[in-house]
Amino acid sequence: MKLLQPTATPPRVTLCGNPNTGKTSIFNRLTGRNQKVGNYPGVTVEKVEAQIELDAQHPAVICDVPGTCSLSARSAEEQLAILAIAGIPPLEPPDLTVVVVDATQLARNLYLVLQLIETGGAAIVALNMVDLLKREGLEIDVAGMERELGIPVVPLCGLTGDGIDDLRQRMIDVLEAPDTGRATCRWSPGGTAEREDIDAIAAALPEEWLRKSPARKSALAVWSLLSISEDDELEYVSPELRRLVAERHADAERQGRDIDREIIAARYGWIDSHLDGFVRRGSPPRKTFTERIDAVLLHPWIGFALFLLIMGVVFQALFSWSVPAIELVETAVGKIVLGTRWLLPDGMLEEFLVGGVVAGVGSVVVFLPQILLLFFFIGLMEDTGYMQRVAFLMDRLMRAMGLHGRAFVPMLSGFACAVPAVLATRTMERRRDRFLTIMVVPLMTCSARLPVYTLVIGALFPPSRVFGILPVQGLLMLAMYAFSTAMALLVAAVLGRTLLRGPSVPLILEMPPYRRPHLRDVLRMMWQRSSLFLREAGGIILVCTILLWGLLSFPKHPTLDTDYEALRGGARQELTAEALDTRLERIDAEEEGAIFRHSYGARMGRLIEPLLEPLGFDWKIGVGIIGAFAAREVFISTMGVVYGVGADSDEASVTLREQIRDETHEDGRPVYTPLVGLSLMVFFAFACQCMSTLAVVRRETRSWKWPVFLFTYMTALAWVMSFAVYQGGKLLGFG
Amino acid sequence: MKTLKEMTVGSIAVLSGIGGERAFRRRLMEMGLLPGTSVRLMRRVEIGGLVELRVRGCSVSLRFREAERLHFAADSHE
Repeated sequence: MKLLQPTATPPRVTLCGNPNTGKTSIFNRLTGRNQKVGNYPGVTVEKVEAQIELDAQHPAVICDVPGTCSLSARSAEEQLAILAIAGIPPLEPPDLTVVVVDATQLARNLYLVLQLIETGGAAIVALNMVDLLKREGLEIDVAGMERELGIPVVPLCGLTGDGIDDLRQRMIDVLEAPDTGRATCRWSPGGTAEREDIDAIAAALPEEWLRKSPARKSALAVWSLLSISEDDELEYVSPELRRLVAERHADAERQGRDIDREIIAARYGWIDSHLDGFVRRGSPPRKTFTERIDAVLLHPWIGFALFLLIMGVVFQALFSWSVPAIELVETAVGKIVLGTRWLLPDGMLEEFLVGGVVAGVGSVVVFLPQILLLFFFIGLMEDTGYMQRVAFLMDRLMRAMGLHGRAFVPMLSGFACAVPAVLATRTMERRRDRFLTIMVVPLMTCSARLPVYTLVIGALFPPSRVFGILPVQGLLMLAMYAFSTAMALLVAAVLGRTLLRGPSVPLILEMPPYRRPHLRDVLRMMWQRSSLFLREAGGIILVCTILLWGLLSFPKHPTLDTDYEALRGGARQELTAEALDTRLERIDAEEEGAIFRHSYGARMGRLIEPLLEPLGFDWKIGVGIIGAFAAREVFISTMGVVYGVGADSDEASVTLREQIRDETHEDGRPVYTPLVGLSLMVFFAFACQCMSTLAVVRRETRSWKWPVFLFTYMTALAWVMSFAVYQGGKLLGFG
Repeated sequence: MKTLKEMTVGSIAVLSGIGGERAFRRRLMEMGLLPGTSVRLMRRVEIGGLVELRVRGCSVSLRFREAERLHFAADSHE
């Protein structure tokens, strides 16, 4: 007989630590490959979880908490740390918390460790980067540190993996005997007034926060006293608790006390008086490694020049190094299309699969090369500590526009593609900073606008030179770039002062020591961000592509099929060999055009024509604009279909350019004048014709409100600007 | 009482107090910038508009304007 054992749920371990302590490295070391990435409930903060085996008998679920210097919080994002570590609903309490500490920056890192001990949960200190101690002239007595803290301390090196096995063993030990990971609060509130404050708040804490532990009660009371304020953005805090905390602070102020300072000073007081007991300082190097590098990288002008050079490399990578990979994806999609056509009989299913599904999947996957590349660089910059220096160098410039210093990297990436750029806004902690950047990044001239500009400029502007040297066409292209950048910054300045006006929060930038990046961690992050994009934005993009396909292929005209089949039959009788092929191709293109002219899309084009007329566009351009909603470059193939020259036309297509030049209104006036071309380019510069951007904005803002706003304001702006260009140009006698 | 404006790059002074909003003061204090702590002015970069301070072995950067809210004891110097 087999004994049925109850399947116990594996113990839960959370991993926390200050930013830049190599926490991710240790997480990756502990977990290996089977990580699950998602978001914490309610906030766009990545939640990385993994099922691991500490040894054959000890499975565990380990969860990564975003880096933080303290458990105190102002925003919902910061609040996550206390929720995850203390296990306040909706989060589950962990059975063990591992706190990663930078051995070379103990004084500040111990502040978080003290807070952790206060909560009364079982904890282990992972003393990381012990290999760098000698370089800094430091020595740590680990046994002494354990004695003083009252919880286990495991020295290790996340980069090489030394000490990870010890950490696993100690985790098993503490999970089996949780009390060995618990210690009493190290510091005590100085006066009776403080004790009274803490007790008063403790009595008012909500029932679901407490888990029958007196230590925890007092820790959460201290947390409330420090975190709750009039202007915080915390969640799950009752008005009652809020009122009580405000009262206590007001009372203290009247007595000339500062509760924040008393509590923080008590914690640092403990650190200052105990640190020398287990840290021995030899003679520190005159200048640290980091100081020497910063002397160059933060140098007033050398540092700035190097920064521009590094950004130039990132931009070049996104813009041109990604091209072979993108072409590979496109070729693969082409092959799949051919295969599908070959496998399936002509008909609706085949058309749906090719035009809707394959095209949709293709338009999702095609973003991967740029996303992977961008996150490779972001990973390197974050891992080495350079990202903080970017903010340091760019803060003043970006702040003038109401943007965060770190917004520079997403804005620059926006020149390549808005989709990875929007994902890159995660490097900013504050919601308002992220959202403001997300709202203006799609205005940057992304690479999908280039084919449209190339077509219009090539077809409508002469390849002549201004003053005999400057090419008109190149100048126009440059002007479009400068124009879009200026407008993006202007819109940021306006939105930042109106809709997204936030209290101007002072910048407090930590400058971590430079560290060697860990390639494995960078690669893992690239993969995590990409898979999040595929899962959460991919679906929306796919659905939109299928919808657009339907719009442009339905309804079917009853006789069209037979009419064109008759034409083909005629051609086969008259012609042979190459002449026949050319004729058949021509007929195919014409049929495509005919199907299309009967479609819902064409009807919509006619419907919106009155709106487009003041901009100088006819209904056919209107259809192109509708088609371009899938992605801007689709404008070209749509126009190819509309003009019956084939969907496979590209921006360099001579026939398409000629067709555009020859296209006339019913009264014989040409449709396209240089002024119409300019108006069209301006429209494309502003209009939010990219469902992928909208999908990814929806994903990053967690609401439909922001993508709808983005679409509305960009389209409205596009209309107004095109109107101004076209009507203004006509008044001045152009066109 | 003096502020960072009156300090030369590379010098050390003892913090006597922090002004400004509660959230700002609290974050700086939690980073170890408490009254009585020695602070070294590492650099002042005009392009970025920031100063870098070193306190308890760690670096913190602040904007010029907000850095002026830190007050230092007048007689402390090195």
